[in-house]
Amino acid sequence: MKDLGATLLGKEAFSEIVIGDTAVVRAMLESGVRSVTSYPGSPTPEIADAIRAIPASSRPFRFEFSVNEKVATEVAFGSALNGHLSVVFFKSVGLNVAADSFVQLPLMDIPGGMVVVLGDDPGANSSQNEQDNRHYARMSYMPLFEPASAAEAYSMFKAAAGLASRRRMAVILRLTTHVCHAKERVAFGPYAPAPFDPTPRFDPDSGNYVPLASSVFPLKRRALERLAAIASDPEALATNRLEGRGGSRRGVIVAGAAYLSLMDALEDAGPRPDVLKLGMVHPLPAGQVLEFLASHDEVKVLEELDPVLEPDIKALAYDAGLRTRIIGKRDIDERMGEYVPSKVRDILGSAWPDMFDSPRPSALPAVASPRPPQLCPGCGHRSAFYAIKKALSGDDITVADIGCHTLGSFPPYGMGRVLLSMGHSTATASGLALFNGSRKVVCFIGDSTLFHAGLPGIANAVYNAHELTLVVMENGTTAMTGHQDHPGTGKSFNGDSPRLSVRAALEGLGVANIREVDAYQQAKLIEAMRAATSEPGFKVVIARHPCMLKFTREARRRAGPAWRAKRVRVDQASCTRNLECVGRFGCPSFQVGEGGAISVNADLCIGDGSCRQTCPSGAIVEDLGGER
Amino acid sequence: MSGGFDIYVAGVGGQGIGLLSEALIRAVDYAGYVVKGCDTHGLAQRGGSVSSHIRIGAEAHSPLVSEGRADLVVALERHEAVSAGRAYLREGGTLLWLDSTWQPLAVRLGGARSAEVADVEEAASLRGGRAARVAPVAAVDPRSHNVVVLAEICALGLVPGLRLEHARSALADLLGGAALASSLALLADR
Ligand SMILES: Cc1ncc(C[n+]2csc(CCOP(=O)(O)OP(=O)(O)O)c2C)c(N)n1
Repeated sequence: MKDLGATLLGKEAFSEIVIGDTAVVRAMLESGVRSVTSYPGSPTPEIADAIRAIPASSRPFRFEFSVNEKVATEVAFGSALNGHLSVVFFKSVGLNVAADSFVQLPLMDIPGGMVVVLGDDPGANSSQNEQDNRHYARMSYMPLFEPASAAEAYSMFKAAAGLASRRRMAVILRLTTHVCHAKERVAFGPYAPAPFDPTPRFDPDSGNYVPLASSVFPLKRRALERLAAIASDPEALATNRLEGRGGSRRGVIVAGAAYLSLMDALEDAGPRPDVLKLGMVHPLPAGQVLEFLASHDEVKVLEELDPVLEPDIKALAYDAGLRTRIIGKRDIDERMGEYVPSKVRDILGSAWPDMFDSPRPSALPAVASPRPPQLCPGCGHRSAFYAIKKALSGDDITVADIGCHTLGSFPPYGMGRVLLSMGHSTATASGLALFNGSRKVVCFIGDSTLFHAGLPGIANAVYNAHELTLVVMENGTTAMTGHQDHPGTGKSFNGDSPRLSVRAALEGLGVANIREVDAYQQAKLIEAMRAATSEPGFKVVIARHPCMLKFTREARRRAGPAWRAKRVRVDQASCTRNLECVGRFGCPSFQVGEGGAISVNADLCIGDGSCRQTCPSGAIVEDLGGER
Repeated sequence: MSGGFDIYVAGVGGQGIGLLSEALIRAVDYAGYVVKGCDTHGLAQRGGSVSSHIRIGAEAHSPLVSEGRADLVVALERHEAVSAGRAYLREGGTLLWLDSTWQPLAVRLGGARSAEVADVEEAASLRGGRAARVAPVAAVDPRSHNVVVLAEICALGLVPGLRLEHARSALADLLGGAALASSLALLADR
């Protein structure tokens, strides 16, 4: 088996098949990064997986999963202030959490340099929106590089890190989902580990680090001057390239993964337009763009998501008095969804109807039932939702939060019917409870999210005397994003750490009414919910059960060949086919056969038994023959 | 390989699509072709649909296979075979599918029809292609059927230039110890 850690540490140049996230880690090593922080979120957690593959003793940088993205950004900033090249990475919406500190970074002189790696998610593959974080680069005057492939994720990280160190600033590397996860053979350069100088070099007198009132202006001026200089920085500009030598009257300006889709679409096209492919999309390389505009009659600005480049490019052309026809977004659909090859082809075809002479292949209408994501077999969240639903009336209001338990909002549970962001639930529920004496308000939160962004809403509910019930779905891990530890697990990325108790945190915030129940104990949970929701004030019910996917994986690994899986089976003699297990409890292990006969899918069942209490006829029994 | 060759792999979270596609990519690389790919996991672990895209040849740019353009669709489950075949198979392509069934919720709740063998065959024939069924092997752990399917792909010669020895080298990159031994044994059985 190839050892990823050893491969990544290779001193010589080599090539390997890797995903973009892994390529970034090799780039961190080659660039001399000293400090890396993150909060998990798709599509970036695989960066941490690659870091983990490198044994801590040979890792030239320190890594931590911080409590949230803002904290992660601040830790990276602090270590960069001391002169250490630092990286922070997180998913698209993480930048909203980090924003309050993030937008200040360009005002600062950061001796070590800092790279902010963003995992944007066009197509909302695993996110609650598809926000375009290029807006943040503009808003905060920060340079932004946008690779198209795993190989470019590697090379542009190095360009970003180089720029960040040379100019003592923060630079964004904006990845997108199918750059992070794109897999290809990437050629890496040599890696010469540099000796580490830990001297803390922060010098408050080397510049102003406390922007306040009028002292903001020199800092803002410096940020804008720096940005203007970068627009003509040769190394930054080297990430842009021109394809086709002006032979065409048509051109396309494109960046990121949309470039590859463009190349695919052009395989079917008649005469090819020239292409200006941007690596650095902010600041806009005005000189290169103007030259490209001036040498073409028509230019399509092909950008995934929002028109961020388009208005600037049009303004450039206007100011220069160019008559080039600039084709931007033509409808709302061009702002939505991932720019996959078929979409790009349609967009090109709409701009230039003569470009393709045959229709593109498309999908046949779907006939098979789709398969929405669902809670895993044995998930404590399922048991909790099943029980909590019984304790509430259909009219009560339930508020979701972000995590695996968001899936409770889908059928058959319908628990958690409104969602904004991580940690929103308590405060949104507080508002829903105002002027509301008739419908009970119950909200949910996961344990990782509680520490991430949940505490202020809870403090507010206590402080401002809101009337609602919060259910903490404590499964001992950050499950949705791949089982990272969090402050409540007693472990950090780097080993054992003090375990912050959820209950103690709540008590510390002044929550007086707390109940704790194992989520598998449905009768007790129903009773706890009935009691809590009928009492005044702010109540918390902790519904606790370990994440069974993680638990079962670990048990299987520990047991090795001695592993014996457990199963349940349905006793056909006592089964009355009332479908409680399938229709209300909704564990995917139950399958319905001919005539409504229920069976258990042995591939799925983990033998947790949380279903047995749900069967009114007691037909779900332990399958003693079960082993595999 | 001239003209390129696209493979779309579909299944359900937990079936080991990740290993299957990574092994395929590495095997194709061992066979000497330029290859790229991408897993689309989304919320995969949660029993949702999962897919992988594999693109062979220098004229493949995006890591994503386009609808109606896969030369080979590989599906590890019946409903997924129908959906993936109808969405991705190209004219005259091959749909290789493992005949396992993980009922989607709407099927279990009685709101939707269960996919049948005929639905899979229709998905292929509507594209003028063929469906090749792989029967589950009772003696093999369900989570190892990804390797059974890998063996089938090589044995049937479904990817031009790809042979069992390439799959063996690929698996040796990815697995070790008992897992490698049992996977190699599954390849040898074929
Ligand atoms: C601001 C932000 N950061 C990260 C994420 C990614 N994310 C989605 S679910 C989740 C984990 C939630 O963990 P927890 O609250 O413990 O719930 P669980 O999944 O374990 O049930 C995270 C980090 C996000 N959606 N938003």
